Amino acid sequence: MGVKIISQDNVMIASLDGEIDHHTAKDIRENIDFEVNMRHPKLLILDFAKIQFMDSSGIGLIMGRYKIMKTLSGKLKVTNASAYMNKIIRLSGLGALGVLDEGSENYEGHK
Amino acid sequence: MKEVKIMKVINEMSMSFLSRSSNESFARGAISSFIAQLDPTIDELADIKTAISEAVTNCIVHAYNNGIGTIYITSKIFDNGKVSIKIRDKGCGIEDIAQAMEPLFTTAGGERAGLGFAVMQSFMDKLKVISKKGKGTTITMEKNIIRRPIRNE
Repeated sequence: MGVKIISQDNVMIASLDGEIDHHTAKDIRENIDFEVNMRHPKLLILDFAKIQFMDSSGIGLIMGRYKIMKTLSGKLKVTNASAYMNKIIRLSGLGALGVLDEGSENYEGHK
Repeated sequence: MKEVKIMKVINEMSMSFLSRSSNESFARGAISSFIAQLDPTIDELADIKTAISEAVTNCIVHAYNNGIGTIYITSKIFDNGKVSIKIRDKGCGIEDIAQAMEPLFTTAGGERAGLGFAVMQSFMDKLKVISKKGKGTTITMEKNIIRRPIRNE
């Protein structure tokens, strides 16, 4: 499991790699939060392109970062979530927060 | 006359391991290797792996409250393509099963989403929960793997 974080201007991109479960979520969370607290970005993007597995711990991870970005008056976006991840995201009702990028939100239409 | 078909178990495995969070990926990996003999689709396998991950996480976070106990898993494959997975702990038990199964309900706090049972319910075909306070919890999940003809090309 790895997190690669790139920051430019007010945008921070955290590219996640591997599997998200209760065990790995802790490290991912700590890595991201450390950078966010240091740089206070206006936009945090979680890139799920390289995620091979995710259980509901991924939902907790998204929700937690959403709350942090809100307290910083910033925004959170989740990008490149696979069809399989969207199944879990839909179940959680997270879609209503508007954090998913357009490609992900459209998924329901072409199941 | 309706034909009554009795399902036969054609394969079975059991394992037990400590409730360490690093075993979450071990458990879902081991069961998916066992089930691979049914040639499931990637989606079917992902559903099963996710459900196991939720169940094992529940044992670690709730049943044993992040302490160390033993988690027992038995999986059976039936001749009609059905898979059953039983996950058992000897932890604290669930006080109110109906409440525990409500989506977004959690007693764990932190960043637990409260979706464990909701995921198990929606990703598997059947879910049964038996729990006794102070004795432990047993959950049994079933999924029918759609049999596809073997192609000899």
